Amino acid sequence: MSKISISDLELHYSNFNALKNVNLEIPEKEITAYIGPSGCGKSTLLKSLNRMNDLIEGCKITGTVLLDGEDIYRGMDINLLRKRVGMVFQKPNPFPMTIYDNVAFGPRTHGVRSKVKLDEMVEKALRDAAIWDEVKDRLKKNALGMSGGQQQRLCIARALAVQPEVLLMDEPTSALDPISTSRIEDLALELKKEYTIVMVTHNMQQAARISDNTAFFLLGEVVEFDKTEELFSMPKDKRTEDYITGRFG
Amino acid sequence: MVRSRFDSQLEQLDVEMIKMGALCEEAINASMKAFLENDDVAAQIASEKENEIDRKEREIEALCMRLLLQQQPVARDLRLISSALKMISDMERIGDQAADIAEITAFLKDNDTKSKVHIRDMGIAAIKMVTESVDSFVNKDMKLAKSVMEYDDVLDNLFVEVKQELIDLIGKDKANGEFCIDLIMIAKYLERIGDHATNIAEWVEYSITGSHVKMAMEEGNK
Repeated sequence: MSKISISDLELHYSNFNALKNVNLEIPEKEITAYIGPSGCGKSTLLKSLNRMNDLIEGCKITGTVLLDGEDIYRGMDINLLRKRVGMVFQKPNPFPMTIYDNVAFGPRTHGVRSKVKLDEMVEKALRDAAIWDEVKDRLKKNALGMSGGQQQRLCIARALAVQPEVLLMDEPTSALDPISTSRIEDLALELKKEYTIVMVTHNMQQAARISDNTAFFLLGEVVEFDKTEELFSMPKDKRTEDYITGRFG
Repeated sequence: MVRSRFDSQLEQLDVEMIKMGALCEEAINASMKAFLENDDVAAQIASEKENEIDRKEREIEALCMRLLLQQQPVARDLRLISSALKMISDMERIGDQAADIAEITAFLKDNDTKSKVHIRDMGIAAIKMVTESVDSFVNKDMKLAKSVMEYDDVLDNLFVEVKQELIDLIGKDKANGEFCIDLIMIAKYLERIGDHATNIAEWVEYSITGSHVKMAMEEGNK
């Protein structure tokens, strides 16, 4: 069953047509990977799923993106949308505050005031992000003192704290070492039991390792979308084959 | 040219596969010569070729492992390398069977009966299948791979023919018994060589199309 349903999506940055007639069904509680060369539109599409492109001047979007059947561009409250669809970026970006306050930031914004409730939410989010054991004794320390891998897991915890349904990850491990990368990948596999994950990655092996579905983008178009195993063993389109085998261009 | 190093390593894999295929042909040729001409030197050559085939298998295995490690292949590259890994196991078995034939010939008394049965034809058919199966891999020739699979019936029919010829010979004179049993073993080894060549052709099909004829049939039966 589709969690997100994208139909006839077109996106222009002024005169530049960044997404062309995108149609994709993103299954619930699975990991969907977007791959493709730089500038192909994969991050643009990811950002379109929680309306982060709306902030950019000259951005024009047509078509529909349905979240559980509701059109996110027509009538949905943007704060509610971003609560339901969280995002983790390429570079870990914790706020310059304590570990606890980073994770509590979202729930507080959404009106949670009870200390007991906040403590519960922070612990659950940190546990779900597989970082609780490493930080439970230093929750009041500044988050900027953590390692890159820990900061990224903290950012995932921060996204999870508002109990989203979908987690968007834009190259979440490209700034991390192999051990931290492996932790994030294991975490993504664990998280998909509860969340729908959409991940942009330049690391083809990562897409092959952890995603259930993969979409290959080129020049703003979805060239091929299939089960990951199928796409990486028997791609149907020659452009996909050339890209994933490294013979592109 | 992107990935030119990888492409040259894949060409190297083709070259090594051709060499291993050629060694298999030489081994079968030598074992057939040993059998048909009572040639001890040829029997020795078949045994040496088997050792060379084993070494070549190790070399190709190492090359494939290196390619998997360094290039992390996907799609057609992954299918090609994994097919090569499977094919060399079949080629190694072909080498064993050629050596087994040569070994039997050492104990075989000279007897003109052997020219009366169709083992020579089986040898020719087996070599043709091995050569063409490896050629189909190197040239990514689906048509040739299919024709190898089909040609296995020719070899199987020859085996049935040889078996009947040997039954008739034993029927005529029981003293032929031991000799005929040795001959049926040789015929069976050649028939098995045909099966291995067929396996190779099936892996060629997988490498080209992504589907394996046997797997597809098993799926269909479920």
